[in-house]
Amino acid sequence: MPINYFSQEFDVVRDPNRCIKCRACERQCANEVHFYDPETDSMRADSLTCVDCQRCVSICPTRALKIVKTDNTFRENHNWSQQIMTEVYRQAESGGVLLSSMGNPKDYPVYWDKILINASQVTNPSIDPLREPMETKVFLGQKPEEIKFNVDGSINTKITPQVELNMPIMFSAMSYGSISKNAHESLARAATELGTCYNTGEGGLHKDFYQYGANTIVQVASGRFGIFKDYLEAGAAIEIKMGQGAKPGIGGHLPGIKIREDVSKTRMIPMGTDAISPAPHHDIYSIEDLRQLVFSLKEATNYEKPIIVKIAAVHNVAAIASGIARSGADIIAIDGYRGGTGAAPTRIRDNVGIPIELALASVDQRLRDEGIRNNVSVVVAGSIRSAADCVKAIALGADAVYIGTAALLALGCHLCRSCHSGKCNWGIATQRPDLVKRLNPEIGYKRLVNLVKAWNHEIMEMMGGMGINSVEALRGNRLMLRGIGLNEKELSILGISHAGE
Amino acid sequence: MQSNMKYVIIGNSAAAIGAVQGIREYDKDGQIVIISNESYHTYSRPLISYWLEGKVTEEKMRYRNADFYEKNNIDTLFDTTVTSIDSDKKEIVIQNGNRISYDKLLVATGSRPFVPPMDGLDSVEKKFTFMSYDDAKALKAALFDGAKVLIIGAGLIGLKAAEAMQHMNVKMTVIDLADRILPSILDADASAIMQSYIENKGVKFILNTSVSKFSKNNAVLKTGESVDFDVLILAVGVRPNTSLISEAGGNVNRGIITDLTQMTTLRNVYAAGDCTESHDISSDTDKILALLPNAFMQGEVAGKNMAGKSFYYLNAIPMNAIGFFGLHIITAGSYEGEAYVEKDGENYKKLVIKDNKLTGYILMGDV
Amino acid sequence: MKKVYVNEDWCLGCHLCEYYCAFANSGETDMINAFKNNKAATPRITIEEGEKSADGSNVNFAVSCRHCDDPACVKGCITGALSIKDGVICIDETRCVGCYTCVLTCPYGCIVVDKSSGGKTITKCELCTKNSSGEPACVKGCPNKAIVFEERGAK
Repeated sequence: MPINYFSQEFDVVRDPNRCIKCRACERQCANEVHFYDPETDSMRADSLTCVDCQRCVSICPTRALKIVKTDNTFRENHNWSQQIMTEVYRQAESGGVLLSSMGNPKDYPVYWDKILINASQVTNPSIDPLREPMETKVFLGQKPEEIKFNVDGSINTKITPQVELNMPIMFSAMSYGSISKNAHESLARAATELGTCYNTGEGGLHKDFYQYGANTIVQVASGRFGIFKDYLEAGAAIEIKMGQGAKPGIGGHLPGIKIREDVSKTRMIPMGTDAISPAPHHDIYSIEDLRQLVFSLKEATNYEKPIIVKIAAVHNVAAIASGIARSGADIIAIDGYRGGTGAAPTRIRDNVGIPIELALASVDQRLRDEGIRNNVSVVVAGSIRSAADCVKAIALGADAVYIGTAALLALGCHLCRSCHSGKCNWGIATQRPDLVKRLNPEIGYKRLVNLVKAWNHEIMEMMGGMGINSVEALRGNRLMLRGIGLNEKELSILGISHAGE
Repeated sequence: MQSNMKYVIIGNSAAAIGAVQGIREYDKDGQIVIISNESYHTYSRPLISYWLEGKVTEEKMRYRNADFYEKNNIDTLFDTTVTSIDSDKKEIVIQNGNRISYDKLLVATGSRPFVPPMDGLDSVEKKFTFMSYDDAKALKAALFDGAKVLIIGAGLIGLKAAEAMQHMNVKMTVIDLADRILPSILDADASAIMQSYIENKGVKFILNTSVSKFSKNNAVLKTGESVDFDVLILAVGVRPNTSLISEAGGNVNRGIITDLTQMTTLRNVYAAGDCTESHDISSDTDKILALLPNAFMQGEVAGKNMAGKSFYYLNAIPMNAIGFFGLHIITAGSYEGEAYVEKDGENYKKLVIKDNKLTGYILMGDV
Repeated sequence: MKKVYVNEDWCLGCHLCEYYCAFANSGETDMINAFKNNKAATPRITIEEGEKSADGSNVNFAVSCRHCDDPACVKGCITGALSIKDGVICIDETRCVGCYTCVLTCPYGCIVVDKSSGGKTITKCELCTKNSSGEPACVKGCPNKAIVFEERGAK
């Protein structure tokens, strides 16, 4: 390469006083950054291919390493940032569409951080979750308008199938193929132990995981990978994926190199072929077509499974949600623009879609206005980062949340955003057997259980603080929220008052 | 339940100690008597060369801890030679005529250095074998600064003796009838590497010959060469001590013949160690396997069977782990078969495969 | 008796167990000093790395003493330096003369030559009973829980 447009992004800094030359960093870097130099009897690093995944830093027994942003900087320019310029260089070289992984990292407003939660004081006593019963159990599905009773007191109203969750947190859809089998095993076992659900994503359900079916949501995506009768029967619910927050309006693309034997069997496609999910479902071109698919799936599973329809949060999400609520679906899942992905075109990930906070509020409000809020449960996703985000989401109207990125962080992800390279050093977003080995589901599932249990406890603490003792009573309870630093318009869309009012 | 069994063991080295371990595993109370013609607490024979070299002290030569006999309830009779066995009466006779009865007897008499008849050998004053601690002590007393030492036998014992003297100011010459050193365990290639290694340490080898006549401090070889010496060490070989069994009517070949439970053809009499003949499973032949690990394991099996159990010793193979002057060798098994060889300076690796199994190997250097 | 067991499904061949073992048996309190001043012991656990197959996968395994109920090494030891104490096979380095008979007889190949003695003695895993580590250092240091310390009943 005569002219090198791409200088390294990161510098690997090694403290020679702490390095004991154990070579663990060399052995654990899939990007081959570290190496032992026998001539100088020292460890060296070529940081060009470093993605700052932090694997070497975490595994170094003497903490001798750190990764810093390179201080090789272009001339400062607020309009033409170094990043934008480098992206232009890339396209000048490759002529291709830029690809990125994980969620939108750009500096757009994070509304969760501008919303504050109430607490009880004086006029309304708070509840201590360690001493009094606190209900975090949630049922997702269609709720009847009213309950009719028989003469003997038993319930006469027929209730449609529900998904029962011990807490309002589920694991978001991440396909087998984009993440490893060990990652799926960790999610499945954690969901089973917690009493919640995980989602297969569009990669089908691996035969080893049918045993966790009661805690699995099986997804029917536009590519229809891995879908057959047993697959539909296996799950606790079926999710039709109409869109995804990270890449609204387009389909998905898993490169052939990731379609190895196991992935090929699970997705039911030939090995080595690219797995392309088309943008629309080619049998759904109108809301009536969606209704048809919903009922086909219900017929195929004998009306025993709730049907979820997952959409990306886009401009008229409220109208779309209204249509879905009338289509026979039991649950609507909305994925905001911060949602993660294994790979998506950079421009679409960073510029398309709207924040989940605003989408949620407008959907909840619209469904209430039309009197059909009970037709569906609403689940939100797209960067739920903490228990506080969960509480705020529920208060804005959600019945439950999906966590994707947070779950991967629990498994070891450091958001280096190089998933599309297939060289995930943590064994998560890769199919290479030597890398997949690094994620031991024994360790992984425990960390996921710990995370969700911790969040659940925090949710109870915050609810208790508000004087609320069940998630149902928090749902849609906008009075528990106040905005801070939000303008009139934002406040009105969110349906909350400003702090102080 | 108190046991009234009386176990008598003739011998005090590896096989005997192995037997004690075997017996005590199943019989904590039976009486055990160990009879030895040496005067020492059980010691590790291979260590005599290290003692001579100054690497271990007499205390460290002990094969087991000082309180071994006490802890295991053993009566010891040292400095005692057994002269005969009466297997019908179940008694043994010792040198002063006393008779000692037994319920079970183990013959672990080991082997003795073989001194071939050599012309003029009687005229040599300072001649030694190198088998026991007493041998080593006597040898040490005889050595002096600047002495010339002649060693007959370039086998395991001869070369270990040479190694023991490497830091002393003596000149060593080693003679052997064979065409290579360590003929029992090494092939020609490995032997050559070891020979040149030891020669670089200042030892002279004269192979393919033997002594035709000794006269006082001189030896004349069959080649006609004349070698002067001050001290003579005879390390030609060993012979199993089988006379007790053969004279008592038991079957003896080159070594005492036992079945796979280590019992001899005399009832209630077992044998283990260097004095026996073993079945080498790697070559499927019977031979003397005078090796410490084999002796110990045979003794252990004999002991267990003497205590009433039924065990078989099925794993006898030739095996040696030994170093000379700092160059290590590990060998095992038989060398008949297809060989895979890797050679790199002093590192030699030969793996022998027969019927698709590894039947033997020679490793030298970085083992 | 609890012993160290290795699950080859999770061994990454990172060799960290070797380093933690060498540090635990060095008698030093600071890991960095132990290695920089050459005071680290010879590790009593060694990684065997498998050959990589076509799809990039390989099997790695950490080898250390199995503390056999019927130890071949103890039986073959010519000096009595190897012995069994409470089920743990121990080595008395002051009695070892480096004959390597135990290296020969051990069916698992877990006896290592002690480099700090210049190859004149051997050393082996003693389940961290003789150092200040408490729980075996390899178990504590394995990043992927490939090495565990548990009671399994069988040999």
